[in-house]
Amino acid sequence: MISSASLVPSVPAAPAVEVRHLTMRYDQRIIMQDLSFSIAPGEVFVIMGGSGSGKSTLLRHLIGLKQSPEGSVRIHGDDLGLADAAGRRRILSRIGVLYQAGALWSGLTLAENVALPLKELSDLAPAAIAEIVALKLALVGLQGSADFYPAEISGGMRKRAALARAIALDPDVLFFDEPSSGLDPISASRLDDLILAIAESLGTTIVVVSHDLASIFRIADRTLFLDISTRTMTALGAPAALRDAPPNDEVRRFLTRDSGSRT
Amino acid sequence: MPHATPRIDQTPEGLLVALAGTWRLSESTPRFDAVLGAMQDTRSEATPQAEPTPDHPAARTLGFDSSALLTWDSSLLIFLRQGQTFCDLHSCRFDATGLPAQVSALLALATVVPERAAEPVAPALSAVARFGVAGIATWDSFRDGITFLGETADSLRRLLSGKVRFQWRAFWVVVQSNSSGALPIVTLIALLVGVIIAFLGVVVLEQFGAGYYVSYLVGYGMLREMGALMTGIIIAGRTGAGFAAEIGSMKITEELDAYATLGISTVDHLVLPRVLGLFVMLPLLAVYADVVGIFGGLAVSVALLDLTPTQFFGGMLTAVSLSDALLGVFKATIYGALIGFAGCMHGLRTGSDASAVGRAATSAVVLGITLIIIANAIVDWLAALWHI
Repeated sequence: MISSASLVPSVPAAPAVEVRHLTMRYDQRIIMQDLSFSIAPGEVFVIMGGSGSGKSTLLRHLIGLKQSPEGSVRIHGDDLGLADAAGRRRILSRIGVLYQAGALWSGLTLAENVALPLKELSDLAPAAIAEIVALKLALVGLQGSADFYPAEISGGMRKRAALARAIALDPDVLFFDEPSSGLDPISASRLDDLILAIAESLGTTIVVVSHDLASIFRIADRTLFLDISTRTMTALGAPAALRDAPPNDEVRRFLTRDSGSRT
Repeated sequence: MPHATPRIDQTPEGLLVALAGTWRLSESTPRFDAVLGAMQDTRSEATPQAEPTPDHPAARTLGFDSSALLTWDSSLLIFLRQGQTFCDLHSCRFDATGLPAQVSALLALATVVPERAAEPVAPALSAVARFGVAGIATWDSFRDGITFLGETADSLRRLLSGKVRFQWRAFWVVVQSNSSGALPIVTLIALLVGVIIAFLGVVVLEQFGAGYYVSYLVGYGMLREMGALMTGIIIAGRTGAGFAAEIGSMKITEELDAYATLGISTVDHLVLPRVLGLFVMLPLLAVYADVVGIFGGLAVSVALLDLTPTQFFGGMLTAVSLSDALLGVFKATIYGALIGFAGCMHGLRTGSDASAVGRAATSAVVLGITLIIIANAIVDWLAALWHI
């Protein structure tokens, strides 16, 4: 349940997300090893890397869907893996996730999708919930579509509705899994605008998994590069700085879209 | 148009393949080995000592002349790759200069070494090890099932103690789809089962001049066993599989993850309303099946034994009591919960691709029917023990 005390980070200067020596495995196979980085509150942070580099797996570790015995992930100082059931709910109520295809609950209307987290994780009265739902849907430009089911709207609308659901509880940290995938350039750019607007106006920390260069250069304050050949992170910094002074050839090729072939 | 006709000739540099005609995948095209063999045959007839072996100077370079080549598709590339393999084996040079530019570009693409080496394949296990792995997997899935049963029971406890809000909408969807929607198939199966029991009774009991007792058999059979059992099997195939497929699809579209990252229990939200929905609906359907089945038996008795309906029901009621009917209803409630449980469990345990949803649905039906039969045996045994 949300209480006013829990909304304030215990240590104001603490990083929003802190990863220490995280190693991720699939069965016994190492996907990425020894990842350490921290994300400051209010920052727009992009995790980039090639297909199959483990970006989405890292995201699943950050949001607690996967846990690794090697290393730790802390959200505002709290470790999801160590929390009890109540602590887990408290931490989870402070994060929002936008999944790759939206992952709206197909049996519920858009309004019900946005309302469910509020009903489950807050003590708000139904009338207050209805007002919040209307506000969040309006923020993503979906006023008037509240009573549609997810199957009845376009992919871009679905993503925006899922964003409305992700920001329903005014989370401190918002996670995005490949937000521009499957969207046309205009819809993708609109979504980038929305992400930036939320980061600026609500002060939300934004963590994005992406390989869309246009989007990365547009929104990212800092970015982390996962290198599939060394199976670890090989760069951390502002995207433009990494492009101008790449720390290694993989990063240069990724940021300049160089396939390495002769043509 | 002339068909693909390659010919291999020996030149001072090595071998020269003259490509000619139209190369189409839809028509049979020659294999490199066969063409080379044909050339060797003609040469050995003339000069038997000149064979293009690895050491022979004839096999130093493999060149091409495509001046007579008309149109081509992948069939030509396959032929040329066979030539490349020949060159690799006999350490000769594959000279692509005589090929059309597009062909050599495609061949170059196909020969690029992949950037990332494939993961090493795990060594094959011995029969004993495979048996062990299968045993561990069976134990794991059994333990998973017990854990899930515990989670469901805990969720029910929280519901009863008012800590969880019941998902009425999901419950009513189950109730609705298992009421009027299920009636046609339940009617058909129950009617035929009643007819079958009556036929069986007529054939066996008539031999002892006891045809009148067919009504006992129909009454007992439908009320205690077959009404609930057949309804359970129908609903396991219809609704249990549906639960698994529905929840399995939600896993693939990350809807289950969306619950998890909000800290919302999928058991509370998805499993409980479905299990309770069937828990309520299956007994009602079973009572309906009992009535329909008894009328099926009545029809056969009237037709074959000249019994009147009054005689049939009079006979049945002297033998069948309310406790028989209640036993059947009791069984149906258990079956309903088991079917819902099996369907939801396999749905939540679905893998991450489309075929996994199909497997989950199949497993849900198999587990559902297995659990029903086991539960039936246990209840019958207890009923016999307690003389119910």
